[in-house]
Amino acid sequence: MIRKTDFLTRTYDKPEGWTLPVYERLGGYQAVKKALGMTRDEVVNEAKKANVRGRGGAGFPMGVKWSFMKPHPTKPAYLAINADEGEPGTHKDRTIMEQNPHAVIEGCIIGCYGIGAHVASIYVRDELHLSKKRLWDAIKEARAKGYLGKRPFGKDYPVEVYVHTGAGAYICGEETSMLNSLEGKRGEPRLKPPFPAQAGAFGCPTTVNNLETIAIVPTVFGMGGEEFSKLSTLHGINDGGARLFGVNGHVKKPQIIELAVGVTMNELIYDIGGGVLGDKKILCAIPGGSSTPVLRPEEVVNVTDEKSPLFQWNGKSVFDVPLGVDTMRGVGTMLGTCCVTVLAEGTCPVLAMQNLMQFYHHESCGQCTPCREGSAWLDRTLQKILDGQASMADLDALGDIANNIMGNTICAFGEGTAMPALGFLRKFRKEFEQYVRGEKKGSEARLTVQ
Amino acid sequence: MPFALTEQRERELDDILTRYPTKMAACIPALHLCQDQNGWVSEDVIMYVSTRLDLPPSHVKGVVTFYTLFNQEPVGKHQVWVCRTLPCALRGGLDVLHQCEKKLGIKPGETTADGMVTLRTAECLASCGTAPMMQVDKAYYENLTSERVDEILARLKEA
Repeated sequence: MIRKTDFLTRTYDKPEGWTLPVYERLGGYQAVKKALGMTRDEVVNEAKKANVRGRGGAGFPMGVKWSFMKPHPTKPAYLAINADEGEPGTHKDRTIMEQNPHAVIEGCIIGCYGIGAHVASIYVRDELHLSKKRLWDAIKEARAKGYLGKRPFGKDYPVEVYVHTGAGAYICGEETSMLNSLEGKRGEPRLKPPFPAQAGAFGCPTTVNNLETIAIVPTVFGMGGEEFSKLSTLHGINDGGARLFGVNGHVKKPQIIELAVGVTMNELIYDIGGGVLGDKKILCAIPGGSSTPVLRPEEVVNVTDEKSPLFQWNGKSVFDVPLGVDTMRGVGTMLGTCCVTVLAEGTCPVLAMQNLMQFYHHESCGQCTPCREGSAWLDRTLQKILDGQASMADLDALGDIANNIMGNTICAFGEGTAMPALGFLRKFRKEFEQYVRGEKKGSEARLTVQ
Repeated sequence: MPFALTEQRERELDDILTRYPTKMAACIPALHLCQDQNGWVSEDVIMYVSTRLDLPPSHVKGVVTFYTLFNQEPVGKHQVWVCRTLPCALRGGLDVLHQCEKKLGIKPGETTADGMVTLRTAECLASCGTAPMMQVDKAYYENLTSERVDEILARLKEA
């Protein structure tokens, strides 16, 4: 069901919508006053009621994450905001930073108070120069008004927000890698445990939230956690509220739009995205960033357990299931960042997979052998297949390589590489074999719609 | 002559250092400041950052070699990054890349003979909704057409 909302996007089309006066005129910086009037426990409980599933891709409930933060006798706590947006197919956080940065700042104040931190660091990838500027400008405006600093809104609870930039490394979107980068080190992921809530930035208790997650916090406190959650048709399975949905690739109107949770892939592609370029059929779609396994429209939900939340969609196409964290998990993929990449009929899935594996090969941090060697091996083997030089044994090796990455690495980058690889291999076996048998040529493969 | 930051950038670095509990945390921001001034991270820059932040040079070098945006050798006056990752490639990103290669007469990773432009491929730059795209220095150019690419490149060769 499509239900448009504008909690984050209401400033998007306004002249100078990124400035403090416009944000305040549209109701900004009211929720923070309400939150600062509550106790810390009340703030965390309200956040839990909102059922905000982390917007970075893993979908962990925000309020629950906040509740892990326990005051440390000697160490300060930190809030670290992940705005290292770089997952292929994901283009949502950038719109918030550029067009509604004050929602981020207001969310940071509430978040800091809720978890007991006095400093929030927003980690923005370096390439996003306009985003960094808009955030810094917003911080300066908020400081000048006294919203940030020693006594935000008269409350004796100092809060400072800083922007920290990376230097071009996809892996720094992984939370522990981001913390290392924030500390001035190589962005190599850390072993967990300890989790960031125990030992995060500078060895201190830290909460890492995605940028969109923190930006929706003022809305949660403005309308109340439960009210917010109920906006979603998946409220009953703890996937609440509204969020940014993206649609890109072979659609007529690629865009970012804010909708209540409950929209399906078909609705997003046809009703929002205007349908497929050239009115072609859909070959497949990647639900939320390149690490989420691809789905084909022919796939149907096969759930016979009446108690399963997916039962009501049994027998229907997976493209008619509402996009939610647990619904997508139920159909064998992930919601991820909720930005759908559409591939039209005629696109070569082997070339698409090779493009993505080239990405993972380039971005592997090199710390764990299975990922460092495996991602390169996948890339090379796929190139060999496209060049018509591969045997069936090479094709079978792809699955073995992916399976040997899975679960054998420090961070989830390994799964992020292996899962989409296995998805393509399983769902497009026929096309891969055609290359091996010489029935198709790599030189004729294409990714664009003709 | 050993590398040193300008007075204004020194003040900026002082301000950056107030934000963190350790000097090491300023390593990446400091390297950005140096590269903005010098165009690339030379051995002298590494020695400067290492002395300024009390870090072993090996640490600074380790950081420099980890992140793709730190130039380990001199680059052209302008840097062009064309996104090659799938969402852009679906909308003609690779055609943009080939057009740049042809127009500039270089391959990704190379710099034009006049030292004006360095061409590179980029991995997803979070512009999938406005693909294809390229980044020129600090600006994004989105929803590219072949005509637009020509215009952008022509302007670069002049300035």
